[in-house]
Amino acid sequence: MAHEVHCLKAQLEEKEKEIVALKNKLAHLEKGNASVLKLYEKVTPLSALQAKAALSNEDIMRYSRQLLLPELGVQGQLNLSKTSVLVVGCGGLGCPLAQYLAAAGIGRLGLLDYDEVELSNLHRQVLHGEENQDQAKALSAANAVKRLNSTVECIPYHLQLSSENALQLIQQYLVNDACVLSGKPLVSASALRMEGQLTVYNYRGGPCYRCLYPVPPPSETVTNCSDGGVLGVVPGIMGCFQALEVLKIASGQGSSCGQQLVMFDAQDARFRSIKLRPKQAGCAVCGENPSVTRLVDYEAFCGSAATDKCRILNLLSRDQRITVQDYKSIMDNAEPHLLLDVRPLVEVDICHLPTSLNIPLSSLEDRKSEHIQLLQERISQLKLQMEGDCRPPVYIICKLGNDSQKAVQVMEKMSGSEVESITVKDISGGLMAWAKRIDPTFPQY
Amino acid sequence: MAAPVAIHLEFGGGAELLVDGVKDHHVTLPSQPEPWDVKQLLVWIRQNLLKERPELFVQGDSVRPGILVLINDADWELMGELDYQLQDQDNVVFISTLHGG
Ligand SMILES: [Zn+2]
Repeated sequence: MAHEVHCLKAQLEEKEKEIVALKNKLAHLEKGNASVLKLYEKVTPLSALQAKAALSNEDIMRYSRQLLLPELGVQGQLNLSKTSVLVVGCGGLGCPLAQYLAAAGIGRLGLLDYDEVELSNLHRQVLHGEENQDQAKALSAANAVKRLNSTVECIPYHLQLSSENALQLIQQYLVNDACVLSGKPLVSASALRMEGQLTVYNYRGGPCYRCLYPVPPPSETVTNCSDGGVLGVVPGIMGCFQALEVLKIASGQGSSCGQQLVMFDAQDARFRSIKLRPKQAGCAVCGENPSVTRLVDYEAFCGSAATDKCRILNLLSRDQRITVQDYKSIMDNAEPHLLLDVRPLVEVDICHLPTSLNIPLSSLEDRKSEHIQLLQERISQLKLQMEGDCRPPVYIICKLGNDSQKAVQVMEKMSGSEVESITVKDISGGLMAWAKRIDPTFPQY
Repeated sequence: MAAPVAIHLEFGGGAELLVDGVKDHHVTLPSQPEPWDVKQLLVWIRQNLLKERPELFVQGDSVRPGILVLINDADWELMGELDYQLQDQDNVVFISTLHGG
């Protein structure tokens, strides 16, 4: 009898646990359905984030492995839950940043990006999947973050920070000033090629971005990932690093990167920390007599050229250029000519037209002797093939039709002196125009 | 006469592209009447290391906006900027700020 009662009690307890689990699951699903994410096209005031008084049992289970850290603890976790973070850009840095902030239980995440997901983003922007192509990055990132942690409030913003193309540089000054004016720390990182940099600006009396860079650099020195290339894991590491500093600040431990520049060299696998100057008394936004007291025109400040994502050069006259269609008929008619591809070797390895001779623009400009010799030989051969006393035609191609114009100017100077007299023209729009208008099977990058 | 100074120059963040893509340069500045300072070093770099487009590195007496100079792992602003007198075995880094990710 006693044994039977014991067994029944145990069974009952088991069933009760099951009911609780089922109720939790149902609540979760209902919450998930109710919160289909809305994409914000403009900034609207949000209700204040409610501070949690205590952690729920589910919170304790979910965050148990970090709650065990004395550096974080229950108070640190509660601090995270009442912190809002705006992630500017849902790209190579923003994806891992948002992912780790959400996983750790940050209260509210604003996710801002104006772009749509493209295939060439996926190698580094790891919250987006193949099925998210053409979707707003902010929404794609928010959905991924929600799947990871539905308790985090996500606000995806599909907007740009300035009226024109918000290039990184403009955005950097704008975000800096906004942070100084609103008294928020700015955890800033960047990554390009095989290098990364990180600093926390406007933090505990430390310098802001303008203290370090009062004058914006010339726009032609600003390289972005689509020009310079980047190995995806490099922004991945820097984005994780940003998440670490945000979590330390938000939980109350504090960051030690306030007056520091952390440099990461992925090639040598080396981190280096550099002590920066203090806050500058003469700084235009955080100094003693600031001239910037509200957000200003950042395009004008950075120079208007900085807004053109891809600057289109116009160095040549119309008769110095041919279209890709013109070049197609030259090829089809087998007209004797020399096709010169002036891209760097690493790009020629990606794709090239079969008959082209590759001499990078820099080698032409430097008059690299082995390349000049090769050019002389090919032009002389061409002249022999052609009848009469004509100037052999040389057509120059590059990726988009900018470097090819510069190369035409260099070759015109060489014509008749360093090489035989030639007629030199460039192919407008370059190989990407070729891929779009002539040969859809030609790779685009 | 000040003795020659051997220093380690490093270029990063893309600034290395102005010096043939080489990040590390161990150089010896020749003996001269006065001690070497950073201002003279910039002139020396311009004459000896920069292959092309020096305006992407120097502007007037100083480096162009967007390049940070670090002397022995500290911002040069803390070290006296152009007036800092170079010591033998000093490490000077020229780092271009990155924009991207
Ligand atoms: Zn400042």
